[in-house]
Amino acid sequence: MYNKKVLDHFQKPKNMGKLKNPDVVAEVGNMQCGDIMRLYIKVKDDKIKDISFETMGCVAAISTSSMITELAKGKTLAQASKITFQDVVGELGELPPVKMHCADLAVKALRKAIKKYQGNKD
Amino acid sequence: MAQKQIYLDHAATTPVAPAVFRKMQPYFNQKYGNPSSIHGLGQTAAQAIEKARQQIAVFLNCLSEEIHFTAGATESDNWIIWGLVEKLRFQESINPHIITSAIEHKAILEPCQVLLKKGLIRLTILPVNSNGLVSLEDLKKAIKKDTRLVSIMYANSEIGTIQPISQIGQLIKKLNPKRKHPIIFHSDAVQAANYLDCSVDKLGLDSLSLSGHKVYGPKGVGLLYVKKGVKLSPLIRGGGQEKGVRSGTENVPGIIGLAEAVSRINQNNKELKKLRDKLITGVLRDINQVELNGSFKDRLPNNANFSFKGAEGESIVLSLSAKGVFTSTGSACASHSLSPSHVMLALGLSHEQAHASVRFTLGQQTTSQDIDYLLKILPGIIARLRKISGR
Repeated sequence: MYNKKVLDHFQKPKNMGKLKNPDVVAEVGNMQCGDIMRLYIKVKDDKIKDISFETMGCVAAISTSSMITELAKGKTLAQASKITFQDVVGELGELPPVKMHCADLAVKALRKAIKKYQGNKD
Repeated sequence: MAQKQIYLDHAATTPVAPAVFRKMQPYFNQKYGNPSSIHGLGQTAAQAIEKARQQIAVFLNCLSEEIHFTAGATESDNWIIWGLVEKLRFQESINPHIITSAIEHKAILEPCQVLLKKGLIRLTILPVNSNGLVSLEDLKKAIKKDTRLVSIMYANSEIGTIQPISQIGQLIKKLNPKRKHPIIFHSDAVQAANYLDCSVDKLGLDSLSLSGHKVYGPKGVGLLYVKKGVKLSPLIRGGGQEKGVRSGTENVPGIIGLAEAVSRINQNNKELKKLRDKLITGVLRDINQVELNGSFKDRLPNNANFSFKGAEGESIVLSLSAKGVFTSTGSACASHSLSPSHVMLALGLSHEQAHASVRFTLGQQTTSQDIDYLLKILPGIIARLRKISGR
């Protein structure tokens, strides 16, 4: 069902847990499948200095959460906003078709967090 | 050392018992004749099938001619519904009323929904209470003048709850003589067959579905018992096998295996129940914020189903799988869709609780050590997933 890389991220997720003193916390959810994803980010010099996640969901939801934190870490806010669900899936290798929306949820969470940060700043 | 494998998914399928496998073997390449052939090899197969029918008739306490072999219980369930509806349309030009329950297998619910959409039946889907049981009162109220079929599963595949089949059978038996047209009472007994009395007469059933691979027999074979006198249109047409009601060359090895498996069913549930209760007690003791789904009392002796707050079912199942323990979220078929199990929602669970459910179904080989191992690793798995979810 899942490839090794997806399972690795599930078994040993990167950047998992709460972040101390985050600049922003953003949460997104998918009513149908019940997944809830929460991202914490810290920004410095317009760059994502630190990021972490908490996700209640299936293997794909946890793996894509882990992957999006890896992809976003160190990027400028503009660069991070451009990360697509294809990027997340591509990095993981593959996802079962019914699980593609998990990658989408991860992207939505990141974009929501960035928007929220930019909104807070203004 | 290879990692140990503990199979706790017997409601999904069971291994073929060695004795069953041995009985089947000659029918693949020695006694391989087509039962419809009139020569010796064909007749050997034909006789073997009739013997199989008789073996199963003993188990169901029915006539052997009332047993029809199918490709599995999904076909059997489809057949009773489509076959009866088509027959009634043909003979009486009516669109009958059908009653079923919210927690039936999809093999019952899907055909009913399709017939409803086509406007060929009227349908009442009975709710279940929070224990997963159908109420006799609800059923009584739902019966209409033109009700022709009541289909209630014997035991549920996901939560193992046992429906009051003999009480429903009695009710229908009492009503039928006063009715212009009798109600046909069908039960999907796939999950029950290993553990519960399937004597159709005692239960008051007119029709019953069984599957080979849930009773330590092969996959791809099942049966539909239909009481003498109940007329169904065929679902599968062709060469007229099974006395014209189910065409297709008989799955001879499968049928032999099914009969052997059924005749070996040993409904001594005491040991299994002890192990299951050890599992339930242990999980409720060692893990907080966990609920047992479905009635504890009216439950198959091999089934435990829990919702773990803050941990999702698939994540739990794959974490267990990585440690060699094989379980399932809801039903294995449900893994094709994202929506939570219709059974869990029918119990009144929230989407979150429904997604957090895991089913453990024990079997013949399950040992006390297996349960010990599960109880050792499960708390850590739940704790890890709760840490990830932050809940």
